[in-house]
Amino acid sequence: MARATSRLTRKRMHEMYRAMLRIRRFEETADDFYMAGKVVGGVHVSIGQEACSAGVCAALREDDAVLTTHRGHGHSIAKGTRLPEMLAELMGKVTGLCRSKGGSMHIADVSKGHYGAHSIVGANMPMAAGIGLAYQLEGKGQVAVVFFGDGASNNGAFHEAMNLCAIWKLPVVFFCENNQYAVSVPAEYSTSVDDISVRSKGYDAPGLTVDGMDVAAVYEASQEAVAHARRGLGPSLIEAKTYRFFGHSRGDPHYGMYRTKEEWEGWKERDPLIVCEKMLKMTAKQKKAHAEAVEAEIKEAIEFAENSPEPEESVALEDIFA
Amino acid sequence: MPETKMRTISYAQAINEALHEEMERDEKVFLMGEDVALSAISPATAGLGERFGHERVRNTPISELGFTGAAVGAAMAGYRPVLDMRRIDFMMLAIDPIANQAAKLRYMLGGQVSVPLVVRAPEGGGSQNGPTHSQCLEAWFIQVPGLRVIVPSDPADAKGLLKSAIREDNPVLFVEYRALYSLEGPVPDGDHTEPIGKAAVKREGADITLIGIGSQARNCLEAAELLAGEGVDAEVVDPRTINPLDIEGLAASVRKTGFCLIAEEGHKSGGVGAEIAASIQEAAFGALEAPIARVAALDVPVPVHTKLEAIVLPSTEKIVAAANNLLS
Ligand SMILES: Cc1ncc(C[n+]2csc(CCOP(=O)(O)OP(=O)(O)O)c2C)c(N)n1
Ligand SMILES: [Mg+2]
Repeated sequence: MARATSRLTRKRMHEMYRAMLRIRRFEETADDFYMAGKVVGGVHVSIGQEACSAGVCAALREDDAVLTTHRGHGHSIAKGTRLPEMLAELMGKVTGLCRSKGGSMHIADVSKGHYGAHSIVGANMPMAAGIGLAYQLEGKGQVAVVFFGDGASNNGAFHEAMNLCAIWKLPVVFFCENNQYAVSVPAEYSTSVDDISVRSKGYDAPGLTVDGMDVAAVYEASQEAVAHARRGLGPSLIEAKTYRFFGHSRGDPHYGMYRTKEEWEGWKERDPLIVCEKMLKMTAKQKKAHAEAVEAEIKEAIEFAENSPEPEESVALEDIFA
Repeated sequence: MPETKMRTISYAQAINEALHEEMERDEKVFLMGEDVALSAISPATAGLGERFGHERVRNTPISELGFTGAAVGAAMAGYRPVLDMRRIDFMMLAIDPIANQAAKLRYMLGGQVSVPLVVRAPEGGGSQNGPTHSQCLEAWFIQVPGLRVIVPSDPADAKGLLKSAIREDNPVLFVEYRALYSLEGPVPDGDHTEPIGKAAVKREGADITLIGIGSQARNCLEAAELLAGEGVDAEVVDPRTINPLDIEGLAASVRKTGFCLIAEEGHKSGGVGAEIAASIQEAAFGALEAPIARVAALDVPVPVHTKLEAIVLPSTEKIVAAANNLLS
């Protein structure tokens, strides 16, 4: 498993820390609001997996694309999705990114290169291949990154999309967040390999497993994969070993149902925010500055979302055809 | 004849009992699906993993195409697989093994094989789960010769029809309505089965026939109560299976009342209601005193927002309004 070694600048590390904190605080807010009955529909939070979102997106250009999953708030935020409009979508407001029709599982901000969270497991990967195809034809060096879970790596869509990208040398990075479970089913049971990254071999593409709790390691691996794609060399597969600190959704507890307390506590010690703070030897003053900046942003998002109107009835009948 | 003893259980418990009893009765029956081995995942499958072990109650990877195709193979090879699709929306990834393979193999191979497969497909909206987690898609599957499609609306039918489906030697799409999971109702004790292909009158009446599919059979019963308050005596008929469709059973009611309304949760265009309406006018055109009315989901994806979702989906109120409109 690759760990970060290099001369990453402290500035870049602080930026990624900030991104992780923004995700953490947004997710905590989403969960609080869900518990308070303020969210319309369900939410799947990514607390524990922030280093994946932050590390990958730090390696992207603004005109690169991401596609994500039901657990996509973190990727959305790291790619620059607007927090107020995102929270408004969760709360069923007409100012939401999807005008209250898509909800948490379909957050998208196409103006920021975010082609959507997709709630059908695996569906985002062939679409990423298609965006990669468009980018290849356009010739501007853009790259598409698709995020997916360990569970999704067992779906035919993953394998078909990898092969397409490989034979056509499409600029796509497949980023698998192996958080060890698909709902209650352990990857250990459902997956034929220990390291999902080895599946790239079947498609003659580079594959690498990284420590998904170490944002620097994720960043370095992503930079390499993105550069490979930009050079026209085709897809790569990165697997990040990580863990969700919450249940799959609000239907299951943090531990005790299919995960043990010991396992959960072991991973909690490797909280990506704490790992990053230690690497940076972050001072209390620096921590406070990050926290205050993020709190202001969250507060602004809450104010916007809470004061936004509900949709008119006519919204139900709009946006069906172009 | 001694009177059958009844118990009150929920729709989900009824499914659960049917699975327990059939797995007990026939060791060739096994269950597969995502998270099925975890009791907490659904009251419909709770306890099965503990009772029958994880060989017969088998978790699958998120590989709908793969495990459905595998179930078709196992069925040809002498087993009686039951699949748990969690949601019919996810079953869309497995249409090939269901429609191109399971439903056609016996015919294509000249009768050499049978495919005793049950695909359990929970479905339906009303929970703010959005466009890809709320659909009712049974209408797509009545277009497939060789596939039975069952749409139970209460606990007794859920149990009786699931047991019959598992004993059936043909592939069955067994639709379960998530909105009905907690609905309680009387279920006969013992080995209760219901025949595939017979409609049931759920409430007798003289003025209008309300035909309800699945979740909307329940709404038709509620509508009938409200209509009774307005002096309208509605009869509620539930086709229970939509392939085969018991046209005679439905037409008999229409001949009695002269008015017919069909309610379903799927989209209106090309819906089950369209098929039933066409069949009823073929069978009982002379008895109709007005065109057949349909209440269904609008031809719009089901949005997340609660208020917008209610605009798109059918409801008891919409059925009452359509019935009054039909009779006026
Ligand atoms: C095709 C399909 N099958 C099943 C589901 C239900 N489902 C939603 S999330 C999920 C688990 C996904 O696991 P993984 O890919 O590891 O992502 P994670 O939830 O761990 O982030 C399942 C089975 C779905 N949405 N789509
Ligand atoms: Mg997972």
